[in-house]
Amino acid sequence: MTEMVDTGTAFGRPIKRKEDAKLLHGRTNWTDNIQLPGAVHMGLVRSPMAHARIAKVDLSGALAMPGVVAAYDAASLGDLNANVLCVWPVTDDTVMPPFPALTGDKVRHVGDVVAVVLATSPEAAEDAVAAVDVDYEPLPAIVNMIDAVSPGSTLVHDDAANNTCYVYDLGGGWDEVAAKADVIVKRRFVNQRIVAAFMEPRAVVAAPMGMSDEITLWSSTQIPHVLRVVLSLSTGIPEQNLRIVAPDVGGGFGGKLQMYREEVLALQLARKLGRPVKWNETRSEDLVASHHGRDQIQDLELAATKDGKLLGFKVDLLANMGAYLQIITPGTPLLGMFMFPAIYKMDAYQFRCTGVFTNTTPTDAIRGAGRPEATFAVERMIDELAAELGMDPMELRTRNWIQHHEFPYTTVAGLTYDTGNYEAATARALELFGMDELRAEQKARRESGDPVQLGIGISTFTEMCGLAPSRTLGALKYAAGGWEHCTIRLLPSGKVELVTGTSPHGQGHETAWSQIASSILGIPVEDIDVIHSDTGRAPYGMDTYGSRSLAVGGQAIKKAADRVIENARPIAAHQLECSADDLEFREGTFSVKGDPEKSVTLGALAWAAFSAHNLPDGVEPMIEGVATVDPEDFSYPHGTHLAAMEVDTETGKVRVRKYVCVDDVGNQVNPMIVEGQVHGGVAMGIGQALYEGVEYDEDGNILTASLADYLIPSAADLPSFITDRTVTPSTTHSLGTKGVGEAGAIASTPAIVNGIVDALRHLGVNDVLMPASPQNVWRAIKAAKGGAA
Amino acid sequence: MQIRVTVDGTAYEGDVEPRTLLVHWLRNDLGKVGTVVGCDTSNCGACTVLVDGQSVKSCSMLAVQADGCEVTTIQGLSTGDEWHPVQTAFKECHGLQCGYCTPGMVMSTVDLLSENPHPSEEEIRDGLHGNLCRCTGYHNIVKSVQMAAELMGGAK
Ligand code: FES
Ligand code: FES
Repeated sequence: MTEMVDTGTAFGRPIKRKEDAKLLHGRTNWTDNIQLPGAVHMGLVRSPMAHARIAKVDLSGALAMPGVVAAYDAASLGDLNANVLCVWPVTDDTVMPPFPALTGDKVRHVGDVVAVVLATSPEAAEDAVAAVDVDYEPLPAIVNMIDAVSPGSTLVHDDAANNTCYVYDLGGGWDEVAAKADVIVKRRFVNQRIVAAFMEPRAVVAAPMGMSDEITLWSSTQIPHVLRVVLSLSTGIPEQNLRIVAPDVGGGFGGKLQMYREEVLALQLARKLGRPVKWNETRSEDLVASHHGRDQIQDLELAATKDGKLLGFKVDLLANMGAYLQIITPGTPLLGMFMFPAIYKMDAYQFRCTGVFTNTTPTDAIRGAGRPEATFAVERMIDELAAELGMDPMELRTRNWIQHHEFPYTTVAGLTYDTGNYEAATARALELFGMDELRAEQKARRESGDPVQLGIGISTFTEMCGLAPSRTLGALKYAAGGWEHCTIRLLPSGKVELVTGTSPHGQGHETAWSQIASSILGIPVEDIDVIHSDTGRAPYGMDTYGSRSLAVGGQAIKKAADRVIENARPIAAHQLECSADDLEFREGTFSVKGDPEKSVTLGALAWAAFSAHNLPDGVEPMIEGVATVDPEDFSYPHGTHLAAMEVDTETGKVRVRKYVCVDDVGNQVNPMIVEGQVHGGVAMGIGQALYEGVEYDEDGNILTASLADYLIPSAADLPSFITDRTVTPSTTHSLGTKGVGEAGAIASTPAIVNGIVDALRHLGVNDVLMPASPQNVWRAIKAAKGGAA
Repeated sequence: MQIRVTVDGTAYEGDVEPRTLLVHWLRNDLGKVGTVVGCDTSNCGACTVLVDGQSVKSCSMLAVQADGCEVTTIQGLSTGDEWHPVQTAFKECHGLQCGYCTPGMVMSTVDLLSENPHPSEEEIRDGLHGNLCRCTGYHNIVKSVQMAAELMGGAK
C-alpha cells in the first residue's frame, strides 16, 4: 500500500503559485530578453519548395551587405554542419536518414534550411537572408501518405523504399476473433496534423563564456538536460564544457521537447566566430520549422458479440514522419500503441504502424504524443459499435471496462494497470452532466425537427504516463532512461535548496515541489527554493514531458527529503544526547520519544552541520538528501469526459454547450494546478476537434503558416468547463500520484467528435473529419443525405 | 525621427527609425522586456500595452505613432510590492501558467474593465478574443476578470 504523505500540511492544498509575482509584473527572463555584447543575429535561408535539388547557393550578395558578418551553406560550413539526432530507432531496420543542420543536396520540405547568415542586427540578418540566391531544381512533392507508400512514388530519401521508415507489429489473434464475431465495425479515421503553438516563439542564444572552455546555450526548451547530451554527441563539444539553460519558457506542449537545428547552428557558429549568436523565430517561421504532430490515417476494426461483448481490436496505422526524423519522431505513434485497448477487456489486439516519409515538416511529440490518437480511435469506435448494436454507448462501455475490483489488471496489450475506478469517475460525471435531461432534450429536438440538433459525446479514457521505467524504454529501443533526480540541501540559515531534474514551462513546479518537500521536512513552502532548468546549477535530470514531472520527479523529491531527515538524525541524537532510535521527527523537529521538551529543529541542525563545531565522529558537515528514482511502472490516470454538442444542421456550425470532466489523477499535490492543467488540456483537445489543422496543398506548400490561418481557440471559442476529480491513488508511485499534463488533451477530442456524430446520427452521419469546421460538418451531412437518396 | 513618449511614468526621448515597431522600441531601446512578442500577424495580443489608457497591440503600432503619448506596460501597472487588482485576481484565480500571454492578457483586462466594469462571461470572452493563451483554456482567465471586476468595485 502507498505510504501517504501527511495531507494536513502543504501537500494537497491549493496554494497560490510562487511563480506568479514575477510573471504578473513583467519581471521575466525569456530567452529573447538576453542581449549579450557583441552578439550576432542568425537568419536562416528556408526553402520555399517542398522538394527540390539544390543546384547552386550564392552567398556573395548577402556577404556584401552592411552588417553581415558571415554566411554559410552546407558545403562552406563543412565539419561544423552537425546532425540533428533521432534517439529512437524503433526497429532494427528503421531507416534513419541523416538530418544535417544545413541541407546540402536537396530540400525536403517547405522551411528546410539551406544556408545561414550572421549579422549585427536582426534586421540586417533578415535583409541578408533575402539576398542569398539559391537555384532549385523542383522535384515532385509527396504530401499524402497513401501516395507516398504506393509503389513507384517519388522518394523523399533514396534509401527509404516506398517512403517507409519502419513497420512495427504488436499482438495478433485478430483472424480468430473476427471469425467468431457477430459484429465487426470497420472505419478509417484521420487524425489530422496539428502544431503545439506554445505562445513563446522559440529562441536560442549561444555564447562562448571566456572562462575555461565553457560554452553556454540558452534555449526556450523543455529538455535542457537531454539537449546537453545530444548536442554534445552531435557536435563533439565535450559534455562537461556545455552548459544549457532554459530560462523562463513560455509553454511547450511537446513542441519544445526537441533538439532543433537552430540550436545546433547557434552553438557551432558561436564556437566558430568566438562571439555570441542569437536567434529568435517569427511565428510564421515557427509554423514551418517547429515540429508538427499527430497526422495518422487509422484503419480500424472492432469485433464484438451481438450482446456487446468486445472480442478484439485491429489497428493499422500510417503515421506521418514528415521529411526527417527528429528526436523521437518514429517512437511517437508507438507511445499510443499500448493504449488502443484502453480501459476495455478483450481477447485479441493486433497492431501495425507504418512510419511514412513525406515532403512535410517533421512530426514529433505534441501533448499526449500517440495517446490522443489511440484514445480518439478507441472511443470513437466504441460509439460506432454502440450505434451498430443499437445499444446505449455508456452501457456498452460499462459492460466492457475493467471493473474496480479487477485491479491490478493486465490488458490485452500487455500493460498492468495498478489501480482505477471507472465506475466512480463516471458516476460523478453523469451527476454533474445531467444526462437524463439532456437525452430528453435531444429526443425532443429530433422529434420536432429542430435545425439545431443536440448530441452527447462520451470519452472514458485512460492513458499511460510518467515516462518511464528505464527497462521498458530500453526494450522499446529508446536510447535513454526515464529516471528523475532530486537533491535537497539544508542551507546554514535553515532555508532549503531543492534541485530538480524537471524543467517546468508553466506547470508550477516551483510551488508544487516546495509543497512536497515542505510536507515531509516541515519547513515552510516559502523557505524552499526550487532550482531547475540549468545544467550548471541542476546538473542531472530527464526534464519535463509525458506527464512525468510529478509522477517520476515527485518520487525523487520524496526520497531525497526522507534522506535529509535520515542524514540529520545522527546530528540531532548527538545534540540531544540520546540514541538515534529514540528520536521522532514531526513537523520539522526531532524530539526524544516520551520527552518532547528535548527537541531540536532541522533549521538548528543545519547551522550545526555548517559550523561543524560539535558533530558526532564520522559525520560529515553537510545535510543533504540525494535521490535518483527510476519508476516501477507507468501510471494510469483515467477519467470520464462528457460533451453536450449543439449542431446546426443547416450551417454546420457547432457549439460546445456543456463540458463535464471528472479525472482521476491519484493524489493531488496542488488541486488548483491540477485543475489548470485539465482546463488547458481540454481546450487543446477541443482545438484539435473543432478548429485546428495544418494544411498543405498538392505541391507541399503550407497553407497555415501564420496564426491568422492556423486557428488556435480564443476565449470566445470555448465554454467554461465543469470539472471534478475522484481520487484513486497509484500504488506503484510513492506519492500515489499519476500525472495530469496530458489527460485533458487526450480525453476531450473524441468526446467532442462523438457528440457531433451523435447529434447527426439520425441523418446517417457516422463520421466527421477534424477539425469539425462548419464546412466539414456540412459536408458530412450532405454526404450522408446523398448516400441515403 | 525624434519622439517623446512617457512610458510607465518616465519620459523618454528617442531617435527612432520610421519602421520601428512600438514593441521593439520598448523592448530593445528601453529594456521594457516584460512586454513580449508572440506572432507576426497581430493575432496573439501578447504585446498589448495601454496607449493613453486604451489597449493597443504594440506590434501593430509604430514607435513614431506613440510620439507625445503615455504608454503603460505590465511593468508600470503597479509599482514595487503593490499589486493592481487585475494582477491580484490573476494570481488568486490561477489565471496564468507559463505567463507568456499574461502581460497582454492583464493589460487587455484593465482596458476591458475600464470600458465595462460589469462584464458578463460572454462579454469577457468576446472582449479578450484578441488575446491568445495556449495554457489555461481561458476558464481561469474568465474567473480572474470576474474577480478583478469585483475587487475594483464593479461587481453586480
Ligand atoms: S505580437 Fe502577436 S499581436 Fe502583437
Ligand atoms: S499562460 Fe501560457 S499562454 Fe497563457
